[in-house]
Amino acid sequence: MNLEPVDVVVIGAGPAGMAGARTLADLGLSVVLLDEQAAVGGQIYRGIVSASPARRALLGADYAAGADLAEAVKGGKVRHETSASVWQITRERQVHYLKNGQVRSFAARAVLLATGAMERPFPIPGWTLPGVMTAGAAQILLKTAGIGPQGPVVLAGCGPLLYLLGWQYLRAGIPIAALVDTSRREDYWRARGHLLAALRAWPYLRKGVSLLRALRKGKVPHYTGAEQLQVEGEGQAQALRFVVDGQPQRVAASTVLLHQGVVPNIQFTQALRAQHRWDDAQLCFVPETDRWGALDVPLISVAGDGAGIGGAQAAALQGQLAALGLARTLGQLTPAQRDAHAAPLRAELERNLRIRPFLDALYRPREENRIPVRDDVTVCRCEEVTAGDIRRFVELGCSGPNQAKSFGRCGMGPCQGRLCGLTVTEIIAKSRGLTPDEVGYYRIRPPIKPITLGELASG
Amino acid sequence: MADRTADVIVIGAGLHGLSTAWQLAQRGVRVIVLEADYAGRHASGVNAGGVRTLGRHLAEIPLALASRELWHDLPALLGTDASFVASGQLKLAETDAELQECRDRVAELQAHGFTHEVLIDQQAVFELLPTVAPHVVGGIWVADDGYATPYQVVTAVRQAAERLGVVLHEQTPALSITQRGTRWQVETRQGRFEADQLVVTAGAWAGRLAAEVGEPVPTYPQGLMLMVTHRVAPFCRQVLGATGRALSFKQFDNGTVVIGGKLIGALDFAARHGEVDITRLVTSAQTVTDLFPHLRHLGINRAWSGIEAFTEDDLPVISPSSRASGLTYSFGYCGSGFQMSLGTGQRVAQLVLGESSPIDLAAFAIERFHKASSTPRPVKEPLCNPLPVSKPTSA
Repeated sequence: MNLEPVDVVVIGAGPAGMAGARTLADLGLSVVLLDEQAAVGGQIYRGIVSASPARRALLGADYAAGADLAEAVKGGKVRHETSASVWQITRERQVHYLKNGQVRSFAARAVLLATGAMERPFPIPGWTLPGVMTAGAAQILLKTAGIGPQGPVVLAGCGPLLYLLGWQYLRAGIPIAALVDTSRREDYWRARGHLLAALRAWPYLRKGVSLLRALRKGKVPHYTGAEQLQVEGEGQAQALRFVVDGQPQRVAASTVLLHQGVVPNIQFTQALRAQHRWDDAQLCFVPETDRWGALDVPLISVAGDGAGIGGAQAAALQGQLAALGLARTLGQLTPAQRDAHAAPLRAELERNLRIRPFLDALYRPREENRIPVRDDVTVCRCEEVTAGDIRRFVELGCSGPNQAKSFGRCGMGPCQGRLCGLTVTEIIAKSRGLTPDEVGYYRIRPPIKPITLGELASG
Repeated sequence: MADRTADVIVIGAGLHGLSTAWQLAQRGVRVIVLEADYAGRHASGVNAGGVRTLGRHLAEIPLALASRELWHDLPALLGTDASFVASGQLKLAETDAELQECRDRVAELQAHGFTHEVLIDQQAVFELLPTVAPHVVGGIWVADDGYATPYQVVTAVRQAAERLGVVLHEQTPALSITQRGTRWQVETRQGRFEADQLVVTAGAWAGRLAAEVGEPVPTYPQGLMLMVTHRVAPFCRQVLGATGRALSFKQFDNGTVVIGGKLIGALDFAARHGEVDITRLVTSAQTVTDLFPHLRHLGINRAWSGIEAFTEDDLPVISPSSRASGLTYSFGYCGSGFQMSLGTGQRVAQLVLGESSPIDLAAFAIERFHKASSTPRPVKEPLCNPLPVSKPTSA
């Protein structure tokens, strides 16, 4: 395999990757930015380069802000490899990827991982029925193709994206049958403790209030404190059933969009065997880093939502900070220069992250939507393993997610545990009376992205 | 203390340890099994699952054939087939020279009275395997071989042993072993365990325990990698190997194809972790797509690695200690121990109980490493040993 030398490989062209790549290039380092998409933007700014002014206006000002970042990576300093799918990174910083069916490889002095977040699984009865999608997937269709669902649509769960998508649908003229929020009064009560800090991040809060107001104005039926969610239907979603204040509710819908926040995409940091810890505020595993995003694997750093959920603006700042940290380690900056560049970024990052404890408390996904109560709920879609199966594995002596694979192929299908990893950890932890940290996560192995036998054979 | 004493302590809950414990328990022996990780965590639980008498070293054949009886008897013995499928195993010859090698091999076996390997011609290969590339010229066929899902076998044997009263302690590494009088003491973080007899079936970690007794064995650990594809329509029922290149290949009932063949990955032995490096699997991908061109577009779903103990003569240690009483070893199976585990468990139980058997173990004696000189040779470093690849490499 031919290894092409480069100073830094940045993986992921979302806000953290774009900002990090730009900073590294500005400091005189050779930088390759690898991303699976045909253009920069990541998920949050997906399609930003090609979106028409009309679509940008529809999607809102926060989306349009991504255009400035995208502009910044143009200009030739950063080598941007599009449609590049990274299937293996070694601890020695070899980066292997696939482009146009060809295996290619870099030997990098440093690697910056900016692989972002993915939606948290939402394993409720009926969640695998056709017609059920994640709100994030629905938003991608809107961003890239301007497509919305046909027929009545219900949005259910919690988190800012749910409200943002509702607002975007309203502006696009897509009717919404109901918005079903699972947050409870006690979530608001708990979040209140963080309100003061949140108020200092005023623009965020104002955004939330204005989204709510727009939904009210659009006369979207809005339920809060919904519990016992289940999608009803035979071979196709037909309705969402839930309970509010003890009263059963049913909203007919052929499309059910579920969302309960996003979690770090830790496939690469796990495959690199970096140290991770369970974050109880965000209910997910995060890689352990220093304040520059550096992992405990030499010269590999992580920035953005992949290091813990902070949102797009925080990600761009973290991307720059991680870039400064790597540039210092590569000898491109003195510690003093690094710190001088970093000071204003850190101040802004701190302002930016003040809203987080408030959001984490308010939008904490309910346990019943993370750890299925009913045994017949599918957890691993690829291999059709249910919550009851996993609890049975525990009775047979299964102590953690890796054994769950051996007991019943859980997490061994095409998604490689991305969709079920957190659910499996939490089910086993609860069944065994342990913490998720004690139970651990799937051992993640390359290939992280699909590669065929023929592609590998030609490498 | 009662729960920490037994007649026999087995160190290592891989298949060899569990199978030995199960055999002993069938004879009414009280057994404790100590396991550093969890049962079947390493070589036993994550190997390619080939149940293969094909291509064995001559010395291993009697044990492998005894094992074969047990594999076919599993439903009667365990109440489950433990996923074993008697699919047959086929070693392909791709050139006339390779076919001659196969012919010589079968003749040699027959001279020793072994008839389980059968030479077949090109036509017979195509009848068994219509989808294989047309350049294949023949091969060796063993109809009674097959495959199983390793962890299901581990679990079935573990449960059978536990039903007979065997007590398994997982997450309980043996820190040291000492003989006081005739009694063996095993120190663990959970306390001291005691028994009259000790059986060491600790795979890649067994050499350290043998060294404690003063009879070091030059074993070296290796991480063996395997990969598995996405599902594809059934095209191959048999387990396949090749004569001229390393290959272990089989399609499971769910359509996935497992590809291996002594693929050595980097090893972090201290962390008990075998690394997967996909770039080292290029040759395997080439072999597979040469033999089955229609698989070029099949996606690789997953790869993994398991840690296994190798010895310098590529044979295991199945032996009473040469230094101490009441101590028996069974380890170092060099990537070929999965099929043998049932038969060796039976044979090791006989050793422990002092029973005789027609199966000779001289080739596996621990003394063979101590004949040349009184000072032990240094343990080899992992990764610097080119491995023999002439053997078919299923398990």
